[in-house]
Amino acid sequence: MRWLPVLLWLAVAFAVVMYVVMDGFDLGIGILLPFASSDHDRDIMIQSVAPFWDGNETWLVLGGTLLIGALPIAYGVLLPAFYVPLMVMLFALIFRGVAFEYRFRASRLRRNWDAAFSLGSLLAAFCQGLVLGAYIKGVPSTDGAFDGGTLDFLGGFSIVCGFGLIAGYTLLGASWLVLKTSGANAEFGRRTARLALVLTLAFIVIVSIWTPVAFPYIERRWFSWPDIGLLWPVPLATALVAYGIWRTLGGPRDLWPFLLCIGLFLLAFLGLAISLWPFVVPYGVTIWQAASSESTLIFLGVGTAIILPIILGYFAFAHSVFRGKTHTGGG
Amino acid sequence: MAAHALIISRAQFAFTIGFHILWPAYTIGISGFIVLLYALWFRTGKPVYRDLVRFWIHLFALGFAMGVVTGLVISYEIGTNWSVYAERTANVIGPFFSYEALMAFFLEAGFIGVMLFGMSRVAPRTHFLSCIAVAVGALMSAFWILAANSWMQTPTGFRIAADGKFEVTDWAQAIFSPSFPYRFAHMVTAAYIAGAFVVLGVCGFYLWRGRYGEFARRGLSVALWMALVLVPIQGELGDLHGRNTLEYQPIKVAAMEGDWVTRRGQPLVLFAWPDVAAARNEYELAIPHLGSLILTHHWNGLVRGLKSVPSDDRPPVPFVFFAFRLMVGLWTLMLVLVLVGTWLRLRKRLYQARWFHVACAFASPLPFLAILSGWTVTEVGRQPYVVYGYLRTAQAVSPVAGAAVFGSLALFTLVYTTLLGAFFFYATRTVLRGPEIEEPAEQPMAVRPGLASAPAGRPRS
Repeated sequence: MRWLPVLLWLAVAFAVVMYVVMDGFDLGIGILLPFASSDHDRDIMIQSVAPFWDGNETWLVLGGTLLIGALPIAYGVLLPAFYVPLMVMLFALIFRGVAFEYRFRASRLRRNWDAAFSLGSLLAAFCQGLVLGAYIKGVPSTDGAFDGGTLDFLGGFSIVCGFGLIAGYTLLGASWLVLKTSGANAEFGRRTARLALVLTLAFIVIVSIWTPVAFPYIERRWFSWPDIGLLWPVPLATALVAYGIWRTLGGPRDLWPFLLCIGLFLLAFLGLAISLWPFVVPYGVTIWQAASSESTLIFLGVGTAIILPIILGYFAFAHSVFRGKTHTGGG
Repeated sequence: MAAHALIISRAQFAFTIGFHILWPAYTIGISGFIVLLYALWFRTGKPVYRDLVRFWIHLFALGFAMGVVTGLVISYEIGTNWSVYAERTANVIGPFFSYEALMAFFLEAGFIGVMLFGMSRVAPRTHFLSCIAVAVGALMSAFWILAANSWMQTPTGFRIAADGKFEVTDWAQAIFSPSFPYRFAHMVTAAYIAGAFVVLGVCGFYLWRGRYGEFARRGLSVALWMALVLVPIQGELGDLHGRNTLEYQPIKVAAMEGDWVTRRGQPLVLFAWPDVAAARNEYELAIPHLGSLILTHHWNGLVRGLKSVPSDDRPPVPFVFFAFRLMVGLWTLMLVLVLVGTWLRLRKRLYQARWFHVACAFASPLPFLAILSGWTVTEVGRQPYVVYGYLRTAQAVSPVAGAAVFGSLALFTLVYTTLLGAFFFYATRTVLRGPEIEEPAEQPMAVRPGLASAPAGRPRS
């Protein structure tokens, strides 16, 4: 069954997209935290993501575990290849998660925990960008095992991607502030969202020019028929969405900038997926080569198809409990 | 390079998973205790139970964050450090991990926000259900992860394909492998005991210092009942688990018992110093025939010894041997404490005997140490295999540089030690600050938690 691995690949992709979008806004809050004007504002910013951060990071666990279940070759090649950035990212996420819980209980050390939260968020975002860049760059493998060097992930391209993702997460975090807070915080969100939008677009443009120049596979993809027919709407839609974000940031509807920022990320993912298809380990292992056995795919696919909608249902419930603007108190 | 990467990867995995397992044990135990307290509150209407719920949710939150972040590490470490293991076994255990994330982690994550921050936002019944969801999530996580571990110990329901990969032929057999029911019961019971002893410790401390009288007495009482039921059951479960191991992993049991020679009427080694090179025990103190009697329930039952397999098929005996003794010793201590407490209760002196409160305050670490010893027994006892009998640990390691793994191990040691320090600092502070106790005159069922002005009305439960 040729379509079965593709369905599971879609599930992995869904988990990764959910992670980037959901944890993206709370990582963005962490990056923005030092720039808030008062401790009171910082409390509200943290409070606005407190009920959600754990759920957001669970998508990362799901992405990892679905990858080992459905596409084990990809798991076995990519994780050793990204050993250093992934380990640093995990340390950053550890500090950030624990700082989150402990800052509520700290008095003298609260500043230190806030610093740990911000630095952890910044570092996690940067490492994820490094991984993204190294992924696009390609990962060498033979017989389903990584055969490159420990520091292969480094390079100008992946570092640019690292900064690009920081900008993108800042944009998501800022639009979350517009949605979930009021007064000074929301104003701060609006101001930074504009700045972050400009930076994000700049990075998108740099990466989009750099990619076809440096990676021949993607160049062939982008500039050959029929793929070009699939791809050309992506940059156009990106430009439209970016314009939409700019406009709605000044408008009365606080939900729109946040939704459009998510749209911006989805378009970036779509572009990436079309460019790299059908590789899961660029540019050597395809979806079908990486897939696990058929009985495993069926066992996994059935469960995922049943449980994922239920999860989305109770996440919607959790968000509805904490709907509206965040105020201090509680926690 | 490979030899270095192997031993450092093993050290790193042992350290990170040993550190991690403490927190699931803590969260399974405490979340179960919170659900029990909630049920008691709904049943009796006594406000002290609500105060207990609120207080323990605070302490639960501290440990929960530790469990999440240290667990995230494990799910990636399998790929970063054990990629060959991951590729070979992914068809079998990959879906177990995925199901753990889908059924357990999301359930916990979806309701933890409501549990921690929602007490004043939702009706008591919704909050109660959220606490149950978190407790059930923690249990389901144990279900799937122990299914994966048990399959590695006693693999069934699979075949090995031409390319050396394991493929499942029967999912039910792969999930419910022969050691799974015993391991699951043994570990979950251990986690609930750990929860009960944390409560005993904190409430014992309050009684010792003469603070929060009613709150501490109720907590101590409930936890002592829990422990009185669970600690003896754990002894029986341990025995059953051991006999199951004897059937499927006799060499592990030989290492636990320190039996080198295969014979009928095997003695029970109380103490010895296992000499691995000479393949015998020094300074042995043993009771004749008792080993066979305990393991096979026959005076002259046949018990296999370590020398029935070549030396490179034997686990590192001293680790397994001493860890097993430590675990049983800690269990005995816990049993004594629980029995003494129950005797005091019968004599109606439980809340007066200060020496007992002091003992409780210092007893909290016992179950956690026992859990670590037990896992050392079963995991080190599985060596030299990662999938027992089929895949050696030495073949399972990733092609990563020893230096990179050494760097991450050093960082893990530093970071986890810091985290543990921070946990104890804030847990101690939370305990010293004590519970927020509401006025005793208040009618608990008429008030929505946190909303003093809410209209009266019993929660429908």
